[in-house]
Amino acid sequence: MALTAFLRNVRVLQILAQILFVLLLALAAGFLYANVTTNLGRQGLTVGYDFITNPASFDIGESYIPYEPSDSYGRALLVGLVNTLVLSVLGIIFTTVVGIIAGIARLSSNWLISKLAAAYVGVIRNTPLIIQLMFWYFGIVLQLPPVREAVALPGSIFLTQRGVYLPKFDPTPTVESWRVFIWIALVSIALIWFLFRLIQNRPGQLIPLWAYLAYIVVPVLILWIGFVIQPEPPLKENLPVLTGLNFRGGLRSTPEFTALLFGLVVYTGAFIAEIVRAGIQAVSGGQVEAALSLGLTRPQALRLIIFPQALRIIIPPLTSQYLNLAKNSSLAIAIGYPDLFSIAGTVINQTGATIEVIVIMMLSYLSMSLFTSLLMNIYNSRMRLVER
Amino acid sequence: MSEIDQTQDIIISRDVHKWFDSFHVLKGINLAVKKGEVIVIFGPSGSGKSTFIRCINRLEEHQKGQIIVDGVELTNDIRNIEAIRSEVGMVFQQFNLFPHLTVLQNIMLAPTWVRRVSKDQARETAMQLLKRVGIPEQANKYPGQLSGGQQQRVAIARALAMQPKIMLFDEPTSALDPEMIKEVLDVMIQLAKSGMTMLVVTHEMGFARAVANQMFFFDEGQIVESGTPDEIFKNPKEDRTKLFLSQILSH
Amino acid sequence: MTAVEMPPLRHSVSPLAWLRKNLFSTWYNVLLTILALGLLYALLHPALHWARTEARWGVIAANLTLFMVGQYPRDQLWRVWLSIFLLGALLGLSWGIWKNAARGFALIALGAGLAFALIGLLLNSNVWINWLLAVALLIGFYALGRILPIGRRFLVTLSWLLYFPLVILLIAGSRFIPFLSPVSSNAWGGLLLTLMITIIGNVASLPLGIFLALGRRSKLPIVRYFSIGYIELIRGVPLVTVLFMVSLLVPLFLPLDVRPPDAVIRAIIGFILFEAAYQAENVRGGLQAVPRGQYEAAQALGLSGPLTMAWIILPQALRVVIPAIFNSFISLFKDTSLVAIIGLFDVLRVGRSVLAQSEWLGTHREVFLFAFFIYWGFNMAFTYGSRRMEEAMGVGRR
Repeated sequence: MALTAFLRNVRVLQILAQILFVLLLALAAGFLYANVTTNLGRQGLTVGYDFITNPASFDIGESYIPYEPSDSYGRALLVGLVNTLVLSVLGIIFTTVVGIIAGIARLSSNWLISKLAAAYVGVIRNTPLIIQLMFWYFGIVLQLPPVREAVALPGSIFLTQRGVYLPKFDPTPTVESWRVFIWIALVSIALIWFLFRLIQNRPGQLIPLWAYLAYIVVPVLILWIGFVIQPEPPLKENLPVLTGLNFRGGLRSTPEFTALLFGLVVYTGAFIAEIVRAGIQAVSGGQVEAALSLGLTRPQALRLIIFPQALRIIIPPLTSQYLNLAKNSSLAIAIGYPDLFSIAGTVINQTGATIEVIVIMMLSYLSMSLFTSLLMNIYNSRMRLVER
Repeated sequence: MSEIDQTQDIIISRDVHKWFDSFHVLKGINLAVKKGEVIVIFGPSGSGKSTFIRCINRLEEHQKGQIIVDGVELTNDIRNIEAIRSEVGMVFQQFNLFPHLTVLQNIMLAPTWVRRVSKDQARETAMQLLKRVGIPEQANKYPGQLSGGQQQRVAIARALAMQPKIMLFDEPTSALDPEMIKEVLDVMIQLAKSGMTMLVVTHEMGFARAVANQMFFFDEGQIVESGTPDEIFKNPKEDRTKLFLSQILSH
Repeated sequence: MTAVEMPPLRHSVSPLAWLRKNLFSTWYNVLLTILALGLLYALLHPALHWARTEARWGVIAANLTLFMVGQYPRDQLWRVWLSIFLLGALLGLSWGIWKNAARGFALIALGAGLAFALIGLLLNSNVWINWLLAVALLIGFYALGRILPIGRRFLVTLSWLLYFPLVILLIAGSRFIPFLSPVSSNAWGGLLLTLMITIIGNVASLPLGIFLALGRRSKLPIVRYFSIGYIELIRGVPLVTVLFMVSLLVPLFLPLDVRPPDAVIRAIIGFILFEAAYQAENVRGGLQAVPRGQYEAAQALGLSGPLTMAWIILPQALRVVIPAIFNSFISLFKDTSLVAIIGLFDVLRVGRSVLAQSEWLGTHREVFLFAFFIYWGFNMAFTYGSRRMEEAMGVGRR
């Protein structure tokens, strides 16, 4: 009697259900594990991470950290990760700019501009990314003229089929002493920010727009003082110069990287444009009316009422677009840019350590996603409207 | 407080306490309802009155004390919970009709699936109930096509279809436009006169005066005062009761 | 004296006024307009010139079947046509019955069918007969749908639900059916492959997604954490890695005596597992949109958990979720282009192999544009159809 009553208890049933669930999972996992070890055993492989320290013996096309084929597999994977991160971070910065511009263009009063922006969004969002990447790579970057007939852009930028050459900045002997001035300039920016906050927190005080110029004027002033004291600048230009068959100096953005960057920026930009447009339109017209009837000018209304509210609406979907860009970087394999995914594939081919490498790769992508989500969630919760 | 008599009392609440996290919402509720009685519970918002009647059919769980419905104690035992729920019907403030089913289907659903009544039998009973609440012609319409008052009457019919011994009403007219309150109250008065045991949370004092056997004034999680409608309206004993009554009876 | 009713002032906009308002209203708008026009001309003029004169569109015509169905056995193509005919009939029937809701899709199909018939005629291929037949079926069944009594409507819904498994059976074949010899999924290619993956992936991922969404809201902590873990894991990694992982790991996970499924099946499994996590989030949104009162009313009536879910909650949740599901369909369609990376013969891969033919060297622009238009055209058509359907159904209202 007591047993049946026990089994009818709602709490007990819940616990039993969970135990059953865990048992089923454990059974499934055990079954899979047994199969895996048998199958691997047949091929003479074992599960383990020893291969990580073995020499990779394959070359990697481009890398931001030093790498030799004699370096370990672990190093090779790290190179892939850094490549992915560089591409993702640059991509996120540029695509935000492109997306915001396109989103605002969509709302422009100029019919042609808004229709063009709409066409951009409509075409880009509805075609697969991989086709667009192929277009950028085969259709544009590789169609650039050979090195000797490079297209020259102002500012020593050269477009060739071997890549895009940009000026680089090398540190000079005076860079150490310049550091002090740069630090002072940065600190001054922070101080100005604090000052503005203090003033704004006092009721009725609004920082006039021209005062924001201080952010630029004050640091520049400090740097100018430094310049007077120390004429030699901390960084020296390193311009790409055509010597013989190739460019010397400067920074080279490989065709693969260039195509990938443009492709990702343009693709994600279309999605961000829609998000920005929707965010601005979502702030109801009533808000503008209320602001105007309170006596605020239109620019003030935009700055104090529309923009903060639009930002709140925009941030969450914007975050997922950033994540999408980072994940889409894995399509680099279709073009030949050595990102994390493509290097992981090579390592698996060479070592047969399928599961181990897959785990490393997934964990890396997961960490990137979780980190980005975390940052945006913190920003989001600070911006959330307090509701009843 | 009357003597608690297990044989006649259909609802018994003994020292019932409930907490929402750290908020103590019910602070020791003691009451007893006899079969066939109509009880009106009233009080300011946040006083715990809705929470209390939702404890009776386990939509909320009480943490301390006892609730005994028709001799069955309300515990974590599934059989007890199901037994009690099949004897207690509930009408909600927001009606909660199922929008994707017709009126008739709304009423037929529970008897067909829970009591395993045949479709034809269920349909017949449903039509009878619709006649009883006065809207048989709406049988094949969807809830969205009905007015608030009509929807609430369907909700009452739906609850009655399970032939409950007790009917709980959680502010049944609070979400209605004024001109529709009367039609719902009329149905409820009819129901009371037919001998149904009813626990009603409401501000409609006219209804209380007409059919209530006992009234309980809830404030801050406790029963401040109780008595017959005559006693409460003519001679409220506590100051809080007097204050509240003056607030709601003035307009 | 009574008020005089005057007709409204007609405010006709002359073309010049329109230009002034929309294109040249301010000085920077003038600048932008001129820049934009210049840019458009610079890009479009050479492109159109190329398309009309230098482009060799023959590459598409000659390889059209390859693009459409890959290596599917040519003598079994009647099964593909049968699927198209059935689709035409069903669309026509739906249009007749549900008028506005299905009209978007039906009109698109009608237009597409006629256009393809025309193209077939121009290319001197016999397929124009088939396309006209499909269009005829659509119109014929439309008429049938108009006369069908209301009570039979749910039969049409049933037919739609059966259509997808039927198509899978038709295309894949089975050992047990005399006319439908099994066609290995390795032979599926081109647009056929893309569509099969999209359909199967979308259809199969929805039930799994529903389970995950329910699991995520479960009161049992272990079930909830498992669901959350799965969803966050899948959403945190790129699709290619999931496809890659499934491709490599499925053979490892199967016991020795079971033959590992071929590459297409593995890819489909990968898509199902991937999509399910996103469908779960869609369904979760739908579940959250159902008011708490619905759960409580069902509980108060004594309905058990599963019953409540099946009859009360899910029907309401899924209505809200339909636009999101259509969006998933469209993104899945685009995502199938990734199978080129794992070696399957979708439209892109077919394109690359066509480019390798000596006869058509250097036609990559034509091939690329063709692939581009297939994806873009299908997406636009589907978006239009689903938008019309949502409007007619009043999703969000009721």
